[in-house]
Amino acid sequence: MTTRDLVFVVVGTITAVSALLAVTTRHVVHAALWLLVSLGSLAGCYLVLGQELVGLVQLLVYVGAIVVLVLFALMLTRAPIGPQSEISTPAWQRALAVVLGGATSALLAALLLPLLASAQVDLDRPETGTTQIAQAVFGTWVWPFELLSVLLLVALIGAFAVSRLVLHREGEAA
Amino acid sequence: MSLSTAAYDIALSLPAGVTGLAPANDNPVADFSDTPWWVALIKAVGVFVYLLLSTLLVIWFERRVIGRMQQRPGPNRNGPFGLLQTLADGMKSMLKEDITPANADRIVYTTAPLIAATMAFVSFAIIPLGGTVSIFGHETPLQITDVPVAVLLVLAVASVGVYGIVLAGWSSGSTYPLLGGLRSTAQVISYEIAMGLSLVAIFLYSGSMSTSQIVAAQSSLWYILPAFFSFAVYVITMVGETNRLPFDLAEGEGELTGGFHTEYSAMRFAMFYLGEYVNMFTVSALATTMFLGGWQAPPFIAAIGDGALNGGWWGLLWFTIKLWMFMFFFVWLRGSLPRVRYDQFMRFGWRFLIPITLAWVVAVAFIRGAQLGFLGQGTFTIGGRELSVATVVIVSIVAVIALAAAWIWDDKRAEREAAAEFNPPEEIDPFEGGFPVPPLPGQRLREPSGLAVGSGAASREPVTSSVTSTLTSSPVKEETHG
Repeated sequence: MTTRDLVFVVVGTITAVSALLAVTTRHVVHAALWLLVSLGSLAGCYLVLGQELVGLVQLLVYVGAIVVLVLFALMLTRAPIGPQSEISTPAWQRALAVVLGGATSALLAALLLPLLASAQVDLDRPETGTTQIAQAVFGTWVWPFELLSVLLLVALIGAFAVSRLVLHREGEAA
Repeated sequence: MSLSTAAYDIALSLPAGVTGLAPANDNPVADFSDTPWWVALIKAVGVFVYLLLSTLLVIWFERRVIGRMQQRPGPNRNGPFGLLQTLADGMKSMLKEDITPANADRIVYTTAPLIAATMAFVSFAIIPLGGTVSIFGHETPLQITDVPVAVLLVLAVASVGVYGIVLAGWSSGSTYPLLGGLRSTAQVISYEIAMGLSLVAIFLYSGSMSTSQIVAAQSSLWYILPAFFSFAVYVITMVGETNRLPFDLAEGEGELTGGFHTEYSAMRFAMFYLGEYVNMFTVSALATTMFLGGWQAPPFIAAIGDGALNGGWWGLLWFTIKLWMFMFFFVWLRGSLPRVRYDQFMRFGWRFLIPITLAWVVAVAFIRGAQLGFLGQGTFTIGGRELSVATVVIVSIVAVIALAAAWIWDDKRAEREAAAEFNPPEEIDPFEGGFPVPPLPGQRLREPSGLAVGSGAASREPVTSSVTSTLTSSPVKEETHG
């Protein structure tokens, strides 16, 4: 076991444990913060694997934008300090969540482990740098990439439309 | 399937055609092969000490300069010229009582100032402070480390640093800090977008995100000239990013009694203070590296003695001078400008800075494409200088579009101003609305003639009736406003 393996195991464990804590804690804001730790240490996993670009983009997008937005929405609405009993879910939902989560993990493991178990990458001289990622995203995968951005745009406009519709109805009622 | 493979072929063949013109690769030029771990440690400690000393100095500098701008002496009691004032303040904050509010979320409340203070230091690891020097017999660049995506690291660390403010605001368990935290969240998210976009132009010009490569690419021309617009946008966003006046809306001591750090005291408060000043140094250092040629000597000094003053330890001097120019700018801004209103600040960020920076990035992409020969290789000669046809055409198109946009915008503004212009009537009845109103400039007061002079019941009648009518109508008016 090399140092790199050890670091990867440690960072990976932090990622998994904080992800679990994010869904089990009763503090709303703490859940967001555990999600933050999980996404941040996932960026650490990428860094250990020698992919600086992916790691930093992960940090920039998820930690720097998405979780900040989640916190922002929480603080705009309700972000009490201390545990909240009313957000706890019934037992059958928790059991179902555990089963579904476990099944998804098992499926992914069953699919990916045989596929990539024999792959060998020299992490000290990584072959995929910024240029290769750019060529993949804007060359080979340019159509799925553009399609995804259109999807996000549609979601954005949809969100606007929904919020305007709600306002409109309230105006009519008044 | 065939479409995507064709696109891939094009993408592969394009860079191959222009490698001679484009900067060769995006890898750092700084060579760390002769840097053992203990030299790297020495450099890291050196940067830490450099930043702490600079912070001690800049707080004194700021108070003295602001004092001079406001025609008062500033701190001048501790040490020569009051130089030890910051040290005294630091000692004081260590000895003060450290208060934790009863409602606070204790762990987060303690972590927040630590995040704010430590994250400010991290980004400095990739800033090149000087050329290659010899430390204890090892040839090493005056920079802790460099990676092909170094500038992204600064942006990522800045986005983590904002959690210090957000969490401090939330965990205090108090209203003003929460409002400050909310404001800073919105502020930093929106200004980070414009900041990242303004740096894209530099990536396009240098062909790299590695700081040492960007500095090396500026050896003949600092990017402040070809990317002047990016520089302007970056300077605006860096003030927004560091929560400094005129953009210190997260603190807003007049409105939020200190904002996110209202409940903090003693050393935890000092942590925020330290973080803020180190952050100023970090964004200034990035501006120096990206736009002002980093550690390289200014053009005329660089020519002295065949570049004898342009490299090695001399780089540290030029870097420090450029850094302190930005520091003076920060202080100058604080001394001259009032705080902007929050909605104006957000509108400026989202509706002006981001769209116009996007347009600028597209323009720079076209200019760079023309320079690298993507749009044809034709050239022509004017006054002995060979110019590329494509570059000239693209630059003139961009200039025409910019001029037209500025013209239309100016026209619209003039129209709006004309529409908003309100000509007050020449005479004013000061009691018309039911309460006394002073006249506007150039207005004549209409004397309340009937009451004092007593010229008859006929003239008294309208005055009283108008007062009663406004009295009865005023609740209705308020309702429509509310």
